[in-house]
Amino acid sequence: MADDKMSRRDFLLYAMGGWAAVGVAGVLYAMYKTWEPLPDVKAQATTKFDLSKVKPGQLKVISWRGKPVFILHKTPDMKKCDNRTIAGEYTVVLGICTHLGCIPNWEADKKIWHCPCHGGEYNACGVNIFGPPPRPLEIPPFKLEGKTIVIGEEGPEYKKLMGQA
Amino acid sequence: MEKKGGFIEWLDRRLAITAVWRIMMSEYYLPKNINFLWSFGVLTMLVFAILVVSGIFLLMYYKPDAKLAFDSVNKTIMMDVAFGWVFRHTHAVAASIMFLVLYIHIARGMYYGSYKAPREVVWITGFLLFVLMSATAFTGYLLPWGQMSYWAAQTITTLFEKIPFIGPDLVIWIRGNYIVADATLTRFFALHVVFLPLLLIVVTAIHLYAVRIVGSNNEDGIPMTKEEKKVKGIPFWPVFMAKEYFVMSVFLLFFFYLVFFNYDFAMDPINFQPANILQTPPHIYPEWYFLAYYEVLRGFFFSQNLGLIAFVASMFIILFMPWLDKSPIVSGKHRPLYKIAFWVFILDFLFLTILGKLPPTGLFAWLGFVGSIVFFLFFAALPIISKIEKSQVERAGR
Repeated sequence: MADDKMSRRDFLLYAMGGWAAVGVAGVLYAMYKTWEPLPDVKAQATTKFDLSKVKPGQLKVISWRGKPVFILHKTPDMKKCDNRTIAGEYTVVLGICTHLGCIPNWEADKKIWHCPCHGGEYNACGVNIFGPPPRPLEIPPFKLEGKTIVIGEEGPEYKKLMGQA
Repeated sequence: MEKKGGFIEWLDRRLAITAVWRIMMSEYYLPKNINFLWSFGVLTMLVFAILVVSGIFLLMYYKPDAKLAFDSVNKTIMMDVAFGWVFRHTHAVAASIMFLVLYIHIARGMYYGSYKAPREVVWITGFLLFVLMSATAFTGYLLPWGQMSYWAAQTITTLFEKIPFIGPDLVIWIRGNYIVADATLTRFFALHVVFLPLLLIVVTAIHLYAVRIVGSNNEDGIPMTKEEKKVKGIPFWPVFMAKEYFVMSVFLLFFFYLVFFNYDFAMDPINFQPANILQTPPHIYPEWYFLAYYEVLRGFFFSQNLGLIAFVASMFIILFMPWLDKSPIVSGKHRPLYKIAFWVFILDFLFLTILGKLPPTGLFAWLGFVGSIVFFLFFAALPIISKIEKSQVERAGR
């Protein structure tokens, strides 16, 4: 085999095949790239929110990158959890069910989030307590500037929380 | 066709059209021991044609833009365009009925063993057509940009997140955004109106060609050569199609009865609210034809990953029937054990379809689990049944 000399025809075939493969790879890569989020989507800025606007026991929903973020001002009768509490008394979680991405509803009387799609439930800390959700509601990256929370940026408080969890 | 010296002969010398006609139509023979269930293949072609034509007319006013889509459907097409509502209802009802016809066509193939050798390629291409048709239905469902459109797309695209390693990035790539958004709508539109229909046509051509090579199955699963069928059978054209026209006309009566008097079943009331990215509808469910698979997904309520694996498996396992069932007996008509398993499977599929629409709580969750298990038990039973039948046949042969 090693002695086989590559014929002129083989050479042309491999050269053409190789060149065509480069072309196909380039086309596929370009196609792949066209489906990526556009720059204005990628550049969606961070969201700022003044936590003191939320009264105790109240829930506010704000939007970050088109996703809802739940901001709950907790009261003492709600489930306690130091490793998921922000600025001492707030639960800040991505309002997207960790099961299949539906938006859970806050049920103020039971103090839980209930997901309408497949019946998952989360307590006031955002921890899954019933149903198909595999893990607690996600805490988005955030930074604290006094009482203002900046969602989308990793501050020291966020890193500390992640370290605990 | 045989007019000498005419236009046909002129064309034939250049294009060999009579040869193609003979292979595909006039000398493609069907056995006589078939029943009306064999007419559903042509019916899928008819429904596909209706979908293409009605789709083209919707396309002339539809706007694939998140800001314009909802009104272009619910105002422009439904209220302003003369007869626009006919085309929309025809398209929506045809999409629904396509799956009814397709499921009957598939069930006929399952019952009479049409997936068995030598018809594996027919079965594989048929399965591909089912997958492509599902993808077409799913992408098309997003286009009206209503609440159910939006949340169905959101839920199903989220499923891809569970693929190891690339999942989360893949979801963003598919959507072109962090959530289902304008970019998603426009690319689903492109897939729905060009890419997927094109693939459907190509695979349909292979499917039909493959049937011509191996020939149609029959009620008793008796293998017949082309020569035998020539004597004992009927040609596809004109004899089979003459009968088919009757079935088609009855079907179209039923179809247009639905379009004009009962189109509601293909229209979810929730979908008449425009998509709202911050408000999930209280109860999300797919169109009826996906409910069974959806229930398998929910059936494993205690483990999300298991549910997801089962969901994917439930859609793909049917592809492997030719290799799961190696029984020498072809038709279910002559297989008492298989007959039982088949009907249990059909009932289970209907059961899952009904459950899929009900809220997934308490007893329903457990029933869904049992139904999902039965779904897979059918496929698990196939090798066992064929083993029993094989030994029976061997004993009888001795």
